[in-house]
Amino acid sequence: MELLSLITFFPAIGALLLLLVPSKQHDTIKMVSLLVAFVTFLVSLWLYFAFDPIAHPMQFEFSVPWIPSMGINYHMGIDGISLLLIVMTALLMIPAILCSWKSITTSVKGYYISMLFLATGMLGVFCSLDLFLFYVFWEVMLIPMYFIIGLWGGQRRLYAAIKFILFTMFGSLLMLVAIIYMAFEFKSQTGVYSFDMMALTGMPIATQPQMWLFGAFALAFAIKVPLFPFHTWLPDAHVEAPTGGSVILAGVLLKLGTYGFIRICMPMFPEATVAFTPYISVLAIIAIIYGALVAMVQKDIKSLVAFSSVSHMGLVMLGLFAMNTQALEGSVIQMINHGISTGALFLLVGMIYERRHTRLISEFGGLAKVMPVFATIFLIVTLSSIGLPLTNGFVGEFLILLGLFKVNATYAILAATGVILSACYMLWMYQRVIFGKLTNPKNEKLLDLSLREKLILIPLVVLIFWIGIYPKPLFDRLSPSIRAVQEQMQRSAAVGKTSKFEFVESFKESDYSYDVTIENRLEKVK
Amino acid sequence: MTENIYWIPLLPLLGFLVNGLLLGKLPKRVVSLVACGTVGGSFLLSLMSFLELKAMPPDLRLIEQTLFSWISSGDFHVNFGFLLDPLSSLMILVVTGVGFLIHLYSVGYMSHDSGYGRYFAYLNLFTFSMLVLVLADNFLFMFVGWEGVGLCSYLLIGFWFEKKSASDAGKKAFIVNRIGDFGFLIGMFIIFWQVGSLDFMTVAAKAPEVFVAGGTLVTAACILLFVGAAGKSAQIPLYVWLPDAMEGPTPVSALIHAATMVTAGVYMIVRVNAMYILAPDALLVVAIVGGVTALFAATIGLVQNDIKRVLAYSTISQLGYMFLACGVAAFSAGIFHLMTHAFFKALLFLGAGSVIHAMSGQQDMRYMGGLRKYLPITFGTFFIATLAISGIPLMSGFFSKDEILWKAFSSDYGHPILWALGFITAGLTAFYMFRLLFLTFYGKERMDEKTKSHIHESPKFMTIPLMVLAVLAVVGGWIGMPHIFGVTNYFEAWLEPVISSAKPAVGVHMLTSAGGDTAMELMLMFSTVILVGLAIFAAFKIYNKRPEVADSLADRFKTPHNVLLHKYYVDEFYGAVIVRPLIYFSLFLWKIMDVLFIDGLLNGLAKLYEGISETMRSVQTGRLRSYATVFVIGVFILIAYAVIE
Repeated sequence: MELLSLITFFPAIGALLLLLVPSKQHDTIKMVSLLVAFVTFLVSLWLYFAFDPIAHPMQFEFSVPWIPSMGINYHMGIDGISLLLIVMTALLMIPAILCSWKSITTSVKGYYISMLFLATGMLGVFCSLDLFLFYVFWEVMLIPMYFIIGLWGGQRRLYAAIKFILFTMFGSLLMLVAIIYMAFEFKSQTGVYSFDMMALTGMPIATQPQMWLFGAFALAFAIKVPLFPFHTWLPDAHVEAPTGGSVILAGVLLKLGTYGFIRICMPMFPEATVAFTPYISVLAIIAIIYGALVAMVQKDIKSLVAFSSVSHMGLVMLGLFAMNTQALEGSVIQMINHGISTGALFLLVGMIYERRHTRLISEFGGLAKVMPVFATIFLIVTLSSIGLPLTNGFVGEFLILLGLFKVNATYAILAATGVILSACYMLWMYQRVIFGKLTNPKNEKLLDLSLREKLILIPLVVLIFWIGIYPKPLFDRLSPSIRAVQEQMQRSAAVGKTSKFEFVESFKESDYSYDVTIENRLEKVK
Repeated sequence: MTENIYWIPLLPLLGFLVNGLLLGKLPKRVVSLVACGTVGGSFLLSLMSFLELKAMPPDLRLIEQTLFSWISSGDFHVNFGFLLDPLSSLMILVVTGVGFLIHLYSVGYMSHDSGYGRYFAYLNLFTFSMLVLVLADNFLFMFVGWEGVGLCSYLLIGFWFEKKSASDAGKKAFIVNRIGDFGFLIGMFIIFWQVGSLDFMTVAAKAPEVFVAGGTLVTAACILLFVGAAGKSAQIPLYVWLPDAMEGPTPVSALIHAATMVTAGVYMIVRVNAMYILAPDALLVVAIVGGVTALFAATIGLVQNDIKRVLAYSTISQLGYMFLACGVAAFSAGIFHLMTHAFFKALLFLGAGSVIHAMSGQQDMRYMGGLRKYLPITFGTFFIATLAISGIPLMSGFFSKDEILWKAFSSDYGHPILWALGFITAGLTAFYMFRLLFLTFYGKERMDEKTKSHIHESPKFMTIPLMVLAVLAVVGGWIGMPHIFGVTNYFEAWLEPVISSAKPAVGVHMLTSAGGDTAMELMLMFSTVILVGLAIFAAFKIYNKRPEVADSLADRFKTPHNVLLHKYYVDEFYGAVIVRPLIYFSLFLWKIMDVLFIDGLLNGLAKLYEGISETMRSVQTGRLRSYATVFVIGVFILIAYAVIE
């Protein structure tokens, strides 16, 4: 059984199965989708344990020709980076589906089908080793998300959904151009087309086109992250999206941006990466501080969390572009952490929204009195979000800043102000929602968390502490892949200085056995 | 015992887990048994390991234990590791000993509170974190405890969360501490990238090779660490959270905001004294900040009316003394004062708690008076503590304070000005403490009848800890008597292995030491005692004999009195200069930058596109005749173009 195809397409198959269920049978629909999500998660665990931390970082590879004339393959494979993101994605699907149990009441069937297709798109992006395939999954993911926001969202859902799709489409269009350019460039150098990431990585590209290509990819990814000033779609999308959509949006979709940087931009365009580093770093620092400050004055809890994501993802970006081991590993760990913590925050916000149908901070206050369990879990998640030691957030944040400090102390110092600011906005919000006198009579009768809600949150709380206290298993799987990325960047940079002829020779001789078909075709060309 | 040091912090953690997870399911009796039992157990273990350590030869008194690897990335490795040496063994004795007494006291003090279980869970979590802080063998694990105590402090200050002032104070404490942590973090980064490790032992061993003595890097690292210390230990300019922290239950003020947590900064500096010795300029900063804070806080303490606030400013002031000691490289004197202060200040707070308990929650001394006959035990023990903090000869505070003053004057890093700061503070301390004593326990009974009828001595759970602490407040200083008394200073000898013996580079910072001999030492000691005596006499004259003098003095010096009463308007200043501008700036970023500018630009683009489309659409009329007309015109233009060409 081919594991990566299984995990990618299993949700889609589940979605097709749902088509057979009559739309009135809500319970069956919910149970089927939950079951599908759960099995997907089990498969991801299987991957996690089957992944060999010591072997070559790229594992579970599978490649069959798809459109041979263009050199397009159905090529899948994962390394430690994608592995962790896949497990996180599969994990977050469960609460994202469970939390919609009661809140989604219209076109239930459509909603769950969209969620499952969304999962296929996201998992596919993380599994693809072919740029064309990558692009297909990238676009596949947009459509269900568009519907989730546009159909099951709040008051201004149409505005938010269109804004979301226009921003993302704008970015991905340029990315498509860049992808095609890469394939043509490969042909001009070797005589055959290829969209294979492993083959394209290491292809020498002159400085000027490298800049353009980097720019095209970077724009698509930066919009996804979202990096300042491309972030304005995010608060709107979050505020309008239903809870399940927000969880996936913040938890997974944003990581696709940073994943793109580390998987494509950095290894393929090392020269351009170095050249762009100062600009991206400055934007990332602005994002950290700007996001935190704007979060502080939000009135709606969800948009507060959305802006906090801008701030946190800024730190991840900054870590990626510091490019040393600690910062890179910290960044990837922080992607996982942000998925867990922010996902949990959106779930919590969703739970009080279901009770009160408002998310305005001023409507709450004194909830600790009536919802002590909620207050406790909310506190733990808040602390994880502000990076208290022994929670997951600290491990990532600390490593990023530590690594960054070596590369550029000024950046590190500026970024570390985020540590102070995050405490300000999160604790202030927590105080206004949870502490104080219970003055609003509508809050007096609020029920504490139900069993279902506890089941949603407790695994996330366990993960918060687990990663915070014993992150070693994650690092074991991550480190070799990070090292491979670093080595690849150095190799690509070195290749950039050699001639194209040498590249072709070295390409033939290289011990990459990623893509046998390409090698074979090269032979034929000769 | 020394093979299993980790049980010392682990026991209170277990207590926390039991009381926290079974919150609301356990009867009060079990809750208090678990909470006090685990901390008491830790105390016994600490005592055992202390004795075992004592039985070893001084050079070998060092035990390291690693639980497991925590973070490992590239060449960065950090473990959950513990370090037991003379310094940490002393600290855990103070933490668990005083902590246990305060746990006992809380059983009585909190008995009527609805949040009983939650309170003890937090208290145990605090003890765990504090023990981690003290026992950690590297900076990062210490930081775990450091943030952990901060979290508990946040939770306990805001314990009565329905009160806005309480949750405000908790938040303020957390955020101000975060500013300090920022310094701590950056300091750690410098150390790691220079030394290649965050282990205390490695850093201490390698620092002299890696850092240039007096160099920029080591000075920067030490000053940044001190920023962290200033946050946690409430020094200028980050002290503002501590007075507000008095919103928490009084035993918490005693444990966290007097005896243990707030001394963490002092402990940290002593822990890495090998680095500070290399950075004389940083030491000077520490000494000046400490000395000035001591004086500054004492002046505010002179006029406060809330009994706990006086004690809070007193704590800030006494912490200033400890930093003054560290700043003149008298590290063992700093720890000595830390210990004696833990005894008498915990006692003062618990005594104040007993008074507040008796007064049905009243904290304003203007409505107290004459309480000594109602609360004999509280009064007796409080009186002893007041003597100790004022530095009356032979009490614990006398020895520790005297050592600091002498070192501030005579150490290679000392200076008469630093001594003078401490000297004046000693007088002020005696004055405000006796003012407090007279206002509370002597004079007219100023409370209303209803309160008066309720006044009662506290239950045994509360008075027994008071008595134990009173004994410690008296004898606690006897192990550290000065050499001029012709006895061994056991305290200094005990800490000797952990204090760097590096000789200071002479003339490395801008102040030159005065030095001094035995005669000088005795003379300075006497002058302090005389000053303290005068201050007590003045307090007696004003607040016991003729209370009206105080008011007329306040009237005569209206402006200075107001400035002191309003704590030099520092909170107002921070509010106007930092907090409010930041909020307005954030609003500007949101409303103007985000909504108006970025989104406006994008929406504008969309509108423009829409406008163009709208215009273009009007051409598509659908009428065949107009299409034909345009077609014909087009043909003519083309023909004309061809002809002209």
